[in-house]
Amino acid sequence: MSDIVEKTLTALPGLFLQNQPGGGPAAAKASFSSRLGSLVRGITALTSKHEEEKLIQQELSSLKATVSAPTTTLKMMKECMVRLIYCEMLGYDASFGYIHAIKLAQQGNLLEKRVGYLAVSLFLHESHELLLLLVNTVVKDLQSTNLVEVCMALTVVSQIFPREMIPAVLPLIEDKLQHSKEIIRRKAVLALYKFHLIAPNQVQHIHIKFRKALCDRDVGVMAASLHIYLRMIKENSSGYKDLTGSFVTILKQVVGGKLPVDFNYHSVPAPWLQIQLLRILGLLGKDDQRTSELMYDVLDESLRRAELNHNVTYAILFECVHTVYSIYPKSELLEKAAKCIGKFVLSPKINLKYLGLKALTYVIQQDPTLALQHQMTIIECLDHPDPIIKRETLELLYRITNAQNVTVIVQKMLEYLHQSKEEYVIVNLVGKIAELAEKYAPDNAWFIQTMNAVFSVGGDVMHPDIPNNFLRLLAEGFDDETEDQQLRLYAVQSYLTLLDMENVFYPQRFLQVMSWVLGEYSYLLDKETPAEVIAKLYKLLMNDSVSSETKTWLIAAVTKLTPQAHSSDTVERLIHEFTISLDTCMRQHAFELKHLHENVELMTSLLPVDRSCEDLAVDASLSFLDGFVAEGLSQGAAPYKPHHQRQEEKLSQEKVLNFEPYGLSFSSSGFTGRQSPAGISLGSDISGNSAETGLKETNSLKLEGIKKLWGKEGYLPKKESKTGDESGALPIPQESIMENVDQTITKKDQSQVLTQSKEEKEKQLLASSLFVGLGSESTVNLLGKADTVSHKFRRKSKIKEAKSGEASSTHNMTCSSFSSLSNVAYEDDYYLNTLHDRGDKELKTFSLNSELLDSESLTELPLVEKFSNCSLSTPSLFADNSMEIFHPPQSIAASVAKESSLASSFLEETTEYIHSNAMEVCNNETISVSSYKIWKDDCLLMVWSVTNKSGLELKSANLEIFPAENFKVTEQPGCCLPIMEAESTKSFQYSVQIEKPFTEGILSGFIRPLKISSEDFGKLWLSFANDVKQNVKMSESQAALPSALKTLQQKLRLHIIEIIGNEGLLACQLLPSIPCLLHCRVYADVLALWFRSSCSTLPDYLLYQCQKVIEGS
Amino acid sequence: MIKFFLMVNKQGQTRLSKYYEHVDINKRTLLETEVIKSCLSRSNEQCSFIEYKDFKLIYRQYAALFIVVGVNDTENEMAIYEFIHNFVEVLDEYFSRVSELDVSFFNTVFHGTWQAHSSPYQESIDEPPKICSALEPQQACFSPDSSFKGAASTTPIY
Repeated sequence: MSDIVEKTLTALPGLFLQNQPGGGPAAAKASFSSRLGSLVRGITALTSKHEEEKLIQQELSSLKATVSAPTTTLKMMKECMVRLIYCEMLGYDASFGYIHAIKLAQQGNLLEKRVGYLAVSLFLHESHELLLLLVNTVVKDLQSTNLVEVCMALTVVSQIFPREMIPAVLPLIEDKLQHSKEIIRRKAVLALYKFHLIAPNQVQHIHIKFRKALCDRDVGVMAASLHIYLRMIKENSSGYKDLTGSFVTILKQVVGGKLPVDFNYHSVPAPWLQIQLLRILGLLGKDDQRTSELMYDVLDESLRRAELNHNVTYAILFECVHTVYSIYPKSELLEKAAKCIGKFVLSPKINLKYLGLKALTYVIQQDPTLALQHQMTIIECLDHPDPIIKRETLELLYRITNAQNVTVIVQKMLEYLHQSKEEYVIVNLVGKIAELAEKYAPDNAWFIQTMNAVFSVGGDVMHPDIPNNFLRLLAEGFDDETEDQQLRLYAVQSYLTLLDMENVFYPQRFLQVMSWVLGEYSYLLDKETPAEVIAKLYKLLMNDSVSSETKTWLIAAVTKLTPQAHSSDTVERLIHEFTISLDTCMRQHAFELKHLHENVELMTSLLPVDRSCEDLAVDASLSFLDGFVAEGLSQGAAPYKPHHQRQEEKLSQEKVLNFEPYGLSFSSSGFTGRQSPAGISLGSDISGNSAETGLKETNSLKLEGIKKLWGKEGYLPKKESKTGDESGALPIPQESIMENVDQTITKKDQSQVLTQSKEEKEKQLLASSLFVGLGSESTVNLLGKADTVSHKFRRKSKIKEAKSGEASSTHNMTCSSFSSLSNVAYEDDYYLNTLHDRGDKELKTFSLNSELLDSESLTELPLVEKFSNCSLSTPSLFADNSMEIFHPPQSIAASVAKESSLASSFLEETTEYIHSNAMEVCNNETISVSSYKIWKDDCLLMVWSVTNKSGLELKSANLEIFPAENFKVTEQPGCCLPIMEAESTKSFQYSVQIEKPFTEGILSGFIRPLKISSEDFGKLWLSFANDVKQNVKMSESQAALPSALKTLQQKLRLHIIEIIGNEGLLACQLLPSIPCLLHCRVYADVLALWFRSSCSTLPDYLLYQCQKVIEGS
Repeated sequence: MIKFFLMVNKQGQTRLSKYYEHVDINKRTLLETEVIKSCLSRSNEQCSFIEYKDFKLIYRQYAALFIVVGVNDTENEMAIYEFIHNFVEVLDEYFSRVSELDVSFFNTVFHGTWQAHSSPYQESIDEPPKICSALEPQQACFSPDSSFKGAASTTPIY
């Protein structure tokens, strides 16, 4: 590529020279460069930070004067920019120059422009206001005939560009993909990559063009497109399986050295490109045997070629190993990859060792036996002087932890933790220890002690889930009640001993945990009475180093203990002292305690012993406050405004720059109800149906900053969504493990026979304790004795199993007739929303496929016409959609007209809903299948209609729908049809529902009209935070607003609420219930669309759809 | 993904910085100080990768100049490590014996080179253009001025 860059640009200096009027007077040039020079020299010569600051402030003020002086020429400005960049790089604010950088990019000649662009890309960030001023310049330069200007504009776009302005440049950049110069094409691809990163919805229509870029004849363009593909495949690998062949071919060529020599780095061909491709392959081949098989050869080749002893080949090898272990396994490759890892781990070079450990950490999840081979190296690394190596080793050990080695590993982790001071490391490691302790604790004492260590070291930096989970664990208990009690008792005892120690400071979180446990479970103690515990808590309460938050925990604990203590002086003293506390919260608690203390009976019923897990009924609507609210409102109090509404108002007051034309505000069109004195009527509404609105209000109450501890289900730590991800048990051939065990045993025997240094022996001992679970025990596990036994602290039923996200996203439909002789395998995958325009698209895909790949699709193409055994890929409902039709050989002609009339007769039944036209899925002489979509209120109804055109009976036809992720597919009654008469039509109905709201790749099939009034619209509008605006040019046929809106209503199923003059209000919702509002306004032939929604991606998507509809019609 | 790119000398003076994610200007100084501190604290026997907060630092030392690249978790450390070297090779070819002075003096050139070098910004790496002169018109106006050679270390960094 560099070769071509060179070729492209060697022609350019001539241009520069023309634009440079002779280089300018030499004296001026010298003075410019010397100013930067003296600045650099000055700074280098300085010794203290203080002096530097003085010098730079001086420099900045002189620069400020220069840039704002009207006499400053662009040339001087360019020089100033360079100095400004330097100052800002050193950390001094140079924001006064930003606007001048933009100006320079606008006005300068080539060279000045370039410096201007560079300064802009260094100074500004994506959401900077000034960036909008750059858009015009970029548009102008993109249209320039000067290649260098186009290049610069593309470069800056690929670095930094405002998201909202993408539509302004997108068509220009798309054009550049066809440019004759490689460098322009390459930069255009990179600019599109940037757009894909910041606004994927806006570039989804050019995916086809990316494919073209991938098979560009220039390597640079191809390489650039890989970035987009890596990204897209990461998001959705199933959509790009058909490209596997292309990637493999490219990698083969790269590995085989077919690229220009310029791409070699130390005689390794394009190493970074190889790494990129390996990554893509790894993602594609994951859990997919068929795709993986395509890449075995090239991976083998890569492993073989990368024998050269150079760092960069190790980088490639590392990536290879990663890929080999990511894709569907092949034993030969795994063996080779394992050998590579060995080479890394045993290398004396420290960087390679690191890489080896990292690879091993990854691999060990698939194949824990590998750890056994390298156990001695791992032990060495554990005591390595380099803390980074140590950390990486711990990470590795974390992955192989089991019930047998947990104590040793956790001990090692704690050792490291005590030495470490970096907060990030502590947080990370503490979380891991807590997780391991919870999963594999061998006994109560160890568990509590480990958690004590975690709390005292992790202190207040650790993740709040850790103490919450711990408490929940204690409270909910396990299957065995006596065991639970013992654990709790042990915890209480250990905390009491800890509190007895003098002059020890515990982190606040730890104290909070202690106070909760003591408050709940002190009753288990035999020796100490509750009064004694209270005394200890009291001592803590009086301690000044305890934060007020912790003190409220302590008081809560005392309150819980008070009923058990009967009469206690300490409690009274405490009440006495804290009822006059200056802290309102404390005072509140003290008063509560005081009143409860006076009424012991109430107290015991309120605070029963060991009931922390029982459900409390919570009146979420706060209906008992209705009277109070009504009274307040009748006395003229302002009605409650939800948090977001207040925020909105605040924001609207604060807005600095208004980018909108003033006409677009809503004040004219009757949404004033919110601020008007009509508030009272609104208030009565609230108290009228308090159950509903009250609930709504509590939902919208922002509980920020308030620790939510109690709720409907009692104590409320975050529900853990972790499932047992530790089950690394993979189907490993049993013999190999036995072998390994044997090996280790014999190794140990040998080593014991040999006289060894003491140190060695220690290491061996450590090794045997670390790797114990991986040998013999794991065989037991694999034999079927589930890993679960080792889970000491297994949660009771309350864990919510994470939904099996990996549910196969295939959606197969099988229709089979009785006598099948020849098969038609009709494989289709089409996205729901593209059902309409599949015809032409599919053709495109085909022509491309055949261009790109030498694989099956090419051979399949002619067969489509023959229809005897075809499989073609078209866009479809769910990822992989395969339909097989077995049809009888007899071909009896049936009139197509009849079939369609039958179909329409069916549709009549459902005419109250909007429905799509019938789409023919497949058709031949005997059978024809077509499908419709019916947009019902609550779901999408897919209707597959099967017509038997033959004169014979169709004896059994099945429609099988496989579940797809995020969707629930329900069969409608009357769908099975055992027998199908000759020349008749039957239909299958399936309702498709979105199971949980998701917004990636929103499907238009799930957009429904939202029927609300204009007033509701106004209220909702203000409550939504995500908005998107866009102007769309209307075609002449629908220049009037009503007709444009009509189109939107028909095509996208938006609900028209009201049309006022040249403004229109529409609303829709994404099933099950994500609303989106649209405000339209017409100026001449431009339609200004303004979307708002509670969901951030929905407006983007709808905008794209609306654009398509309006511009398309 | 590359998060930032730094050239800092042993005294802790930043010679070149480029951030791919917006970092507040005050935080930059702090970050750079911490980064160079953690680089200086490492010996030759220790590996060239450092875990820093939630990202990794990959550094290489050339004479008194450190080149540090901050990447996120998904990056291949060794690839970046070699990438730095590749970048320096390109500079060396461009300046014929590149020195620290060149770095500070031709800041813009360096930015341009790095830009071209790592153009698919953030997400990993592009093949390096071997000859950057054609890309870098600045050279014309910032021709090396011999009078400043004494200002910073002129030891070739590579």
